[in-house]
Amino acid sequence: MSRSYEDIPLTPISDTPSTVNMTGLWRVFRPVVDLDKCRKCTLCWKFCPDAAIELVDGKPNIDLRYCKGCGICANECPAECIIMVKEEAE
Amino acid sequence: MSRVTIPEVEHAYPGSTGCPGCGANLVMRYLLKGLGERTILTIPACCWAVMPGYWPSHCLKVPMVYCAFEATGASLSGIRAALDMKGVEDVTVVGFAGDGGTVDIGLQALSGAAERGTDAIYVMYDNEAYMNTGIQRSGATPWGAWTTTTPVGSSRDYKREPKKDIMSIMEAHGIPYAATVSVAHPEDFVKKAKKAKDARGLKFIHALSPCPPGWKMNPMKTIEIARLAVDTNVFPLYEVENGRLRITKKGKGLPIEDYLSTQGRFRHLTEEEVKRMQESVDSSLKALEEREAREG
Repeated sequence: MSRSYEDIPLTPISDTPSTVNMTGLWRVFRPVVDLDKCRKCTLCWKFCPDAAIELVDGKPNIDLRYCKGCGICANECPAECIIMVKEEAE
Repeated sequence: MSRVTIPEVEHAYPGSTGCPGCGANLVMRYLLKGLGERTILTIPACCWAVMPGYWPSHCLKVPMVYCAFEATGASLSGIRAALDMKGVEDVTVVGFAGDGGTVDIGLQALSGAAERGTDAIYVMYDNEAYMNTGIQRSGATPWGAWTTTTPVGSSRDYKREPKKDIMSIMEAHGIPYAATVSVAHPEDFVKKAKKAKDARGLKFIHALSPCPPGWKMNPMKTIEIARLAVDTNVFPLYEVENGRLRITKKGKGLPIEDYLSTQGRFRHLTEEEVKRMQESVDSSLKALEEREAREG
């Protein structure tokens, strides 16, 4: 996006949510969820550093536009229903 | 039915520029869940100065002011004074700084704010080195750790000084509330954030924040390692309320090897050096427990 200098505030004040940063592009490993095995413990949601997991009826819905693929959800899931798959693999 | 144990409301957008698996991102997320949206942050140079994203984007839903590296304590006092002049009482002012900006560079401004009794919360997220500039050692780097300024190599120049005890330094100021928190125990974290919000005066929160690139660890192990830090008593969770100490989460007492072996920065340590660390952890835990028994 380009703006004229007249539109830019004198001090740099942020006015746009960071949702313009598609951090999902950084990902090397992608989380894949088996929702049938999910026990709705919500640990994946609780421990996601990027708040990229939304709960739908207690089950995770991972926003792959922003998920950086750290794998904390897969490591913490007690039901082992999240696995990390290398991005090129598919 | 879901079993959510911390507030569901989010005060951060996704899309921050923190590394994958960053502990500091979780510190901010849990802190804001505890404090709510009526919060103003002031952040000096640290990882979190970079993590909100590049202009004009910003990943927090609360206002935030950048300040100079050494000035967090002065900055939060200034914001509080301005709010007091305007008669705004329901806003929590938070200084949010890294370990270098707290125990080294920002210590005098923080000490001043504590001495003045500014009504604010100071949160130190401790990743145990200057991480965003390239893993240089800080006063909060533990004994024995590798950093780029304490390289190991054949001369084994790992850090020879123990970690600065910032909790005792802050307590010596007679502040009303000081607590240690961990990203592996968010319920305890949110509870302590709320407690800090309700106390009057300067409150101090020390959060251990695992750093995957700096600690040379797998990003998926962030929570696991933070949990091990508590269970091996390397980072005991306690609070000091008006001078009375209470341990809030007992560790399992696992051997310190379990914690050290997860991180590349401790890989060079010999058995004898690990034993030395174990002894130091045991003696500081004993001192904490004795104090709790005396005051509790």
